[in-house]
Amino acid sequence: MRRRRKMKDWILKSLIWFCSLLTVLFLVWMILYIVSRGLPGINWAFITTPYNLFRNQTGILPMIVGTLLLIVTTLAVAVPIGVAAAIYLTEYARQGRVVRMIRFATESLAGIPSIIYGLFGYIFFKNTLHLGFSVLAGALTLSIMVLPTIVRTTEEALLSVNPSYREGSLALGATRLQTLFKVILPSAIPGIATAVILSMGRVIGETAAVIYTAGSVAKIPAVDRLLTSSVRTLSVHLYMVALEEADFVSAFATATILMIIIALLNLLANRFARKITDRQGMA
Amino acid sequence: MQKEISKKKIVVKDLNLFYGEFHALKAINMDIYEGEVTALIGPSGCGKSTFLKTLNRMNDLVEHVRVTGSITLDGNEILSDVDVVALRKRVGMVFQKPNPFPMSIYDNVAYGPRIHGIKKKSQLDEIVEKSLRAAALWDEVSDRLSKSALGISGGQQQRLCIARTLATEPEVLLMDEPTSALDPISTSKIEELCETLKKNYTIVIVTHNMQQAGRISDRTAFFLLGELVEYDLTERIFHRPRNEKTERYITGRFG
Ligand SMILES: Nc1ncnc2c1ncn2[C@@H]1O[C@H](COP(=O)(O)OP(=O)(O)OP(=O)(O)O)[C@@H](O)[C@H]1O
Ligand SMILES: [Mg+2]
Repeated sequence: MRRRRKMKDWILKSLIWFCSLLTVLFLVWMILYIVSRGLPGINWAFITTPYNLFRNQTGILPMIVGTLLLIVTTLAVAVPIGVAAAIYLTEYARQGRVVRMIRFATESLAGIPSIIYGLFGYIFFKNTLHLGFSVLAGALTLSIMVLPTIVRTTEEALLSVNPSYREGSLALGATRLQTLFKVILPSAIPGIATAVILSMGRVIGETAAVIYTAGSVAKIPAVDRLLTSSVRTLSVHLYMVALEEADFVSAFATATILMIIIALLNLLANRFARKITDRQGMA
Repeated sequence: MQKEISKKKIVVKDLNLFYGEFHALKAINMDIYEGEVTALIGPSGCGKSTFLKTLNRMNDLVEHVRVTGSITLDGNEILSDVDVVALRKRVGMVFQKPNPFPMSIYDNVAYGPRIHGIKKKSQLDEIVEKSLRAAALWDEVSDRLSKSALGISGGQQQRLCIARTLATEPEVLLMDEPTSALDPISTSKIEELCETLKKNYTIVIVTHNMQQAGRISDRTAFFLLGELVEYDLTERIFHRPRNEKTERYITGRFG
């Protein structure tokens, strides 16, 4: 009896081990594969020159700029709205039918394929609002796409703030707004940072919705037309060089840069959140 | 006795409280005297915390609460439309579990004064030191005021919460089982603190510990199932209770 249980235990453990190992190995292998094929194509010129096939220039600087521009604009729109919505839903709204409906709507919104957001953005932002293919049209579309994630994640973060902080603050005669800004939001920062990281990930990885709205012009926008120009993001570029030009050297090199940028952005967001939690002494 | 001629700080008249349909406090009448420690005792669920929270309107946070009757603080009604922010500044509260904010010790104590508009560093420094001294914590933390409040011991955290409450200069101090999560040494420190604090504050304390009620309080109120069964000088409650239920509870033969 005992031996059989031990045996079962052992099998289960090995199985779990094996699966974890498989996942990690697969990930490592994929990263190594991409990087090893991408590295040869990367040099200083590749990341610092423009892209112009007629002049035989295949640099990706415009795509790096375009990607960052789209991320920043999207976050600038989506984070304030999403955080404000989450605050309203958790702190102010009466927890009843309406809130349940809003929650249901946000959750459903998260499950819609991105191409549909793209189509909507194309019709509404690009055509109806006459924004054309532009960073703005792209960012607005992507904002709607990432809003559910930001709202849900921020809500979770706010709800997980120890309720005794709220009580303590109110009992000292603080108003709800003071309590929110001085105690609750600071404690929720790590959660909000997670929301930001997830959103960045979606913006970086998105192609369909971006092509439909921000377009695919591989040029660095003029400074005075930053938001109204079309840009091409790294993912869109990857898609184009791989499928349309069959230039796999460029594709893998772009993929490598893409992964490096994602890693850097995650690191940055984590650093930021860590700094704040450290200051609160929660670490 | 001198105690019996002290001033009435809080007067509770015919107080009823409902959580939805549930009648949690039933026709409570009670006078709380200035400069005294009033202990609230009774079995779990009898409404001690609920009663305490009506005194600073923390019950407002609970949905579907209905309160009737009257509570006056220095003669002014606090149940009808009163500025709860101002009320809570005058009637401070310390909770059962220490709940320092996730910030530095200094910022915890300065929290109240800051939200009430004090900005000058020198003034804040003064309040922080004074409050920490009053809570008998200054000597233990004066060299690490900028360290996180979450890094000190539970007993220290509870005294920090007391200091934080004192920093807003309340007149009444409500404490809901402030020592139930603490070790004996921390407990006796907080009991001593009550003794010194009552010179300047009116204290209402909930406790499950009969000895504690006996040691530190001037008056004791015995609650049972939402009713105030008996309320008198602690000495009388403990030695000559008038109600048989009170006696049974105090001698531990209840239930
Ligand atoms: N938010 C609430 N909603 C509904 N009922 C509540 C709520 N808070 C308390 N009650 C009920 O009111 C009664 C009194 O609760 P209260 O917390 O005041 O008791 P207590 O005397 O402080 O008990 P304890 O000694 O366990 O802390 C209990 O029956 C409790 O279940
Ligand atoms: Mg209680």
